Amino acid sequence: IMCASAKYNTRGPALIPRMKTKHRIYYITLFSIVLLGLIATGMFQFWPHSIESSSDWTVEKRSVHDVPVVKLPADSPIPERGDLSCRMHTCFDVYRCGFNPKNKIKVYIYSLKKYVDEYGTLVSNTISREYNELLTAISDSEFYTDDVNRACLFVPSIDVLNQNALRIKETAQALAQLSRWDRGTNHLLFNMLPGGPPDYNTALDVPRDRALLAGGGFSTWTYRQGYDVSIPVYSPLSGEVDLPERGPGPRRYFILSSQMALHPEYHLELEALQAENGESVLILDKCTNLSDGVPAVRKRCYKNQVFDYPQVLQESTFCVVLRGARLGQAVLSDVLQAGCVPVIIADSYILPFSEVLDWKRASVVIPEEKMPEMYSILQSIPQRQIEEMQRQARWFWEAYFRSMKAIALATLQIINDRIYPYAAISYEEWNDPPAVKWSSVSNPLFLPLIPPQSQGFTAVVLTYDRVESLFRVITEVSKVPSLSKLLVVWNNQNKNPPEDSLWPKIRVPLKVVRTAENKLSNRFFPYDEIETEAVLAIDDDIIMLTSDELQFGYEVWREFPDRLVGYPGRLHLWDHEMNKWKYESEWTNEVSMVLTGAAFYHKYFNYLYTYKMPGDIKNWVDAHMNCEDIAMNFLVANVTGKSVIKVTPRKKFKCPECTAIDGLSLDQTHMVERSECINKFASVFGTMPLKVVEHRADPVLYKDDFPEKLKSFPNIGSL
Amino acid sequence: MQTRKKYIFLTFLASWLLLFFFGGDQLRRFAFFSGRKAEARRNWPRWTDRSLLKSFADPEELQRDGDPSLLSPRERRAAWLSVYRSSRCRMETCFDFSRCERNGFKVFTYPQERGQPISDTYSKILSSIERSRYHTLNPEEACLFILSIDTLDRDHLSGQYVRDVDEKIRGFPLWNGGRNHLIFNLYSGTWPSYTGELGFDIGQAILAKASFDSESFRPGFDVSIPLFSKEHPQRGGHRGWLSQDSVPPKKKYLLVFKGKRYLTGIGSGTRNALHHIHNGQDIISLTTCKHGKDWEKHKDTRCDKDNVDYERFDYQELLHNSTFCIVPRGRRLGSFRFLEALQAACIPVLLSDGWELPFAEAIDWGRAAVVGSERLLLQIPSAVRCIRPERVLAFQQQTQFLWDAYFSSVDKIVHTTLEIIKDRLSPHRSRSRFLWNTLPGGLLVLPDFSTHLGDFPFYYLQHGYSPSKKFTAFIRAVSQAGSLSQPILRLIQAVSGSQYCAQIVVLWSCEKPPPPSGKWPQSAVPVTIIQGSGKLSDRFFPFEAIQTDAVLSLDEDTSLSTSEVDFAFLVWRSFPERIVGFPTQSHFWDAEQGRWGYTSKWTNELSIVLTAAAFYHRYYHSLFTEYLPAALRELVDGLAACEDILMNVLVAAVTKLPPVKVTQRKQHKEVVAQQAECRDGAAGTPPPGQRSPSAPHAAPAKGKGSAGSRRFSQRQDCLDQLADWFGYMPLVSSQLRLDPVLFKDQVSVLRKKYPSLEK
Repeated sequence: IMCASAKYNTRGPALIPRMKTKHRIYYITLFSIVLLGLIATGMFQFWPHSIESSSDWTVEKRSVHDVPVVKLPADSPIPERGDLSCRMHTCFDVYRCGFNPKNKIKVYIYSLKKYVDEYGTLVSNTISREYNELLTAISDSEFYTDDVNRACLFVPSIDVLNQNALRIKETAQALAQLSRWDRGTNHLLFNMLPGGPPDYNTALDVPRDRALLAGGGFSTWTYRQGYDVSIPVYSPLSGEVDLPERGPGPRRYFILSSQMALHPEYHLELEALQAENGESVLILDKCTNLSDGVPAVRKRCYKNQVFDYPQVLQESTFCVVLRGARLGQAVLSDVLQAGCVPVIIADSYILPFSEVLDWKRASVVIPEEKMPEMYSILQSIPQRQIEEMQRQARWFWEAYFRSMKAIALATLQIINDRIYPYAAISYEEWNDPPAVKWSSVSNPLFLPLIPPQSQGFTAVVLTYDRVESLFRVITEVSKVPSLSKLLVVWNNQNKNPPEDSLWPKIRVPLKVVRTAENKLSNRFFPYDEIETEAVLAIDDDIIMLTSDELQFGYEVWREFPDRLVGYPGRLHLWDHEMNKWKYESEWTNEVSMVLTGAAFYHKYFNYLYTYKMPGDIKNWVDAHMNCEDIAMNFLVANVTGKSVIKVTPRKKFKCPECTAIDGLSLDQTHMVERSECINKFASVFGTMPLKVVEHRADPVLYKDDFPEKLKSFPNIGSL
Repeated sequence: MQTRKKYIFLTFLASWLLLFFFGGDQLRRFAFFSGRKAEARRNWPRWTDRSLLKSFADPEELQRDGDPSLLSPRERRAAWLSVYRSSRCRMETCFDFSRCERNGFKVFTYPQERGQPISDTYSKILSSIERSRYHTLNPEEACLFILSIDTLDRDHLSGQYVRDVDEKIRGFPLWNGGRNHLIFNLYSGTWPSYTGELGFDIGQAILAKASFDSESFRPGFDVSIPLFSKEHPQRGGHRGWLSQDSVPPKKKYLLVFKGKRYLTGIGSGTRNALHHIHNGQDIISLTTCKHGKDWEKHKDTRCDKDNVDYERFDYQELLHNSTFCIVPRGRRLGSFRFLEALQAACIPVLLSDGWELPFAEAIDWGRAAVVGSERLLLQIPSAVRCIRPERVLAFQQQTQFLWDAYFSSVDKIVHTTLEIIKDRLSPHRSRSRFLWNTLPGGLLVLPDFSTHLGDFPFYYLQHGYSPSKKFTAFIRAVSQAGSLSQPILRLIQAVSGSQYCAQIVVLWSCEKPPPPSGKWPQSAVPVTIIQGSGKLSDRFFPFEAIQTDAVLSLDEDTSLSTSEVDFAFLVWRSFPERIVGFPTQSHFWDAEQGRWGYTSKWTNELSIVLTAAAFYHRYYHSLFTEYLPAALRELVDGLAACEDILMNVLVAAVTKLPPVKVTQRKQHKEVVAQQAECRDGAAGTPPPGQRSPSAPHAAPAKGKGSAGSRRFSQRQDCLDQLADWFGYMPLVSSQLRLDPVLFKDQVSVLRKKYPSLEK
């Protein structure tokens, strides 16, 4: 099967057998291969490169005026008008897209032609700068194919961005004669300025039959949900003006209107708002007395004051985006770029990319009828939310408005997501600005579930050769009522595990897994033998935990199945002198880690540790033979954003993390090493995910003045 | 000699290898380049004069988009009203917003007429509306109207079909052309085409319909609802079946289907093809021809074998044991199967082209279901095999969340419909898609409280916020006017000593005026006094004065120390969505009496934290007051000591998690100074002492006066009534208590941060 998904290895990676060098034949073979390689290289080196360069030059050096001319006879067919009932399942030929492992649609672009009518007059301008940019972006993207037979989507090179710049009937005829037109099936047209006087239709008037329309300015009556794509009206100012992002926060004006040629009725409403609320409302209009040479589009005026546009937009918290003759307005793009929160007043308007973008997070939509209440509506929005909307507005611009490339790729991605819904881009990827993506977590175990107690847990004991101690651990752990299986990970390749008959007889199944290499990460491998959600990782020398303590640990884990629940706790601290993190194992009032020498956690984290550990941490841990537990703590905290739970009082652990306990110096090296780990991991994760807390979990009646025999877990905390 | 030879040979070899690699690299680059270039030839050309191309629109044209000859906005809107009607209805053309502005979102149900047959399902829908907080009995103040005529089954072959609806409707004076009406429908059309035909003119009414097809669906106006069965519970509803998260999903089957196969007619295309993907191992796709009366007439060659296979598997067993479930269209687009799969955490694979999915205006189905295409049925097996295990896990969890939040009962389905319509009325005060699709779901998040995610207790982690670093102490005082009791003075002292305390708010629940400000103790934080109405539910009113995320709810006779407060607050910051507090109680099912019991005895479990000393998020005040219907609050006001149980039940229903108990100083039961109680002000005020944090001792044991036992039985009643209202018992038990890390450890007290907790 063509899936790219990771297949599970049931065992750790196998050892590659070391090759042994063998004699002459081997050398001779190698030698001849080398020789052949050299000859081949040489041949290619000196091969004439002329074909490549010549073809390259001719193509690159073409002008749009040199493209072939196509004459359209007056009676050439005209497609049907757009079909309002079209949906993906009725008008789109999905068989063309096929099933492919990358889940990417293939897009073909027709080559550029110049269309003239019978009399030789041009049908439209050959191509606009923006449409050329858009097609270039598509052809440079992963979606592009040059093979018309493999294509799933066809993009004509006939430029229909602006309906006013073309002749409707003839353009339709030009579309109809495209080689794969077939009633417009799977054809995608891009249009930003639809309609024209007198009725200003909200969708492109060119008859286009079943073609999909990526249009700016759809209304809810012309937009075919799930078929068309609503796109922004590109503002060419975005390319010209560099507005650096302005930090969120209060700005000079509260509401600003910058559109020219607003309908007088809207103007009156705005003026009424201004009269009521004074200087916090600024209404700009066209400048009447500008000196020559100053482009009118870059200036706005209020009475005699002249403002730079679009810079002035950054001076306001909210910017009004009113409908004009059309619903889609280029000013929306300018407003977003300025990080000003758009107040959209255009009834029935389908916002750009509304299929995937959550506009409620970046804008305020106000019905036209409610314009007089605009001020109070906007004032009711909490400041913190305004700041987020400002950031969100800017992010929408950066990701989806700033260039024709951004618009083109977002459009194709939306169509792609419809065809391969199971590989669709998530809401978060579309909507979360990078800062949020960075600081937020999406817990993979987000559903609040308390797993049934009956399932029990699997104890995984990592051992090397301390058989005697291992057997004691097994015997102790087997007394825990909820234990359902015991798995011994035999990490010693040079020695066989003891014979079956020598193992302690326990009431639950006991499995021994032999590993291929002595690696610490073997402890966290998601073995198929682990059938429960809960895993108890336990070292082969942890014999001091009572059955009550282990059972209680399991009960606590059930209440916090997405956390590490462990016994000995540790802490990380910021060392101000050294300016780095420090590991702390003293008796502290806080914990941020638990040692995995004895800890419960969800099996899912084994899967994460083995397959999704960021950077080189996994190898680093295996190479240093240390800190696998710190790595696990980092991983879980990073993915869940939650702290660990330390259970039960501290007891005398035989320094479970040290290899040798005697001697202060050894202990100190150990601490240094562990500190190094923390610093290393923090740099790989790019952040410090560990959370510090001051609590630990005890049974409800722990140390309460109450008969011990009535307590569920009486035997807790004995040293 | 040997070694030298070897060295020479090795050097020789190394240099060759080097050359080879170098050359090889060149070779590769060459090949790569020629390939690229060849492709580039056919790419979109880089025109030499591309910088000279004209823009698609003149900048002036883009910025001055006006046409004075057009209708004025007001005229245009008026013109719309006549153009965009019936099948082109939108909220702005067919809905009268002004009705909702006067009295808010109120829903009126027509009184039921005698002799009017109403199906069980429709009466469930009506009673859901009547149970909702939006219901009104006064048509004058209503914003939305619901007919008393059963319009659920509009298949005129069905027994439930109501005749002459048109005539009846025209007789209603409130009908008004259907404006602001909401019509529910589950079945429309009939054999053989099953169109959306309802058999009467709905005029400008909003249609909430199951099996909506996207073509006749009026976006932003209609609501697509799921098809649910007669047995669908009124309230509460069953939980989802997912009890554990496992990766990879340890289910026996990958993909299953078991159902009827129509031999002819609409919807038969997909169902007849389903058997192709059956492989008898991990994909089970079974169909039976036995359908309708005369199936044998249309019987084909497969039927006999299919019918035999069909009997070999049990539908419920398949649901339980499969990762994905195929949900194909039936005669109509939606099917019961959809909700069944959702509940079973069997990820629905939808094969129903053109179905407007239930509540798609709010719910992002791409997170919980695989929306397949009927035409690509044969690709489904490979497509679902390719979904990575962690994504499967997310899908499964999302099905459970959606099921529980919006579908598990008729109440939820109806309330979701209402909330979606309410959200349209004021877009700036509505829920974002994020809120609808994230725990705890849209119904439990009130946009009237705030539209900022950081103001709710649920989204801190997802958005990288953290709860506020200070809390508000909220003390409910019932003692005699004129003098402040000793306990409250001590309490104010202790609480204001906390470094995290921002303010103290006293709710004065006594008709007599509070002591003048001079009588209140001097404290480091501002003290605000609010005059309460004396109702018990008052203590959970969202008072403006409460400014912080955290509320520390206290009774005046609660006794706490500063370090207890400090520690509990830090714990709350780790669990901001839960109640974190000191004295606890627990509930249990009393099998003998067949009712819920509760105990305040010392137990190994807890499920209720008394709000006499507890931290929780201030949002719960809003939820308590706004979300719960008035009837429930009245119930609480009538019973003694029920309000804190209701709060616990509410929070548990929202979070599905138990509350958190924190360490409490051991203290001898203080003989609470006899306080003159403010009887006139607070009728049901419990006697003090029992509500102190030392409550575990104050079990309502035998021999405690009659007042105590009455209180106890009232609390039990309360628990029963709440469980009945919610339709299930939301409380969850916990076996743990959170103590400071070094609590009672054998370390010097000097090392401990909270030594006083151990005394």
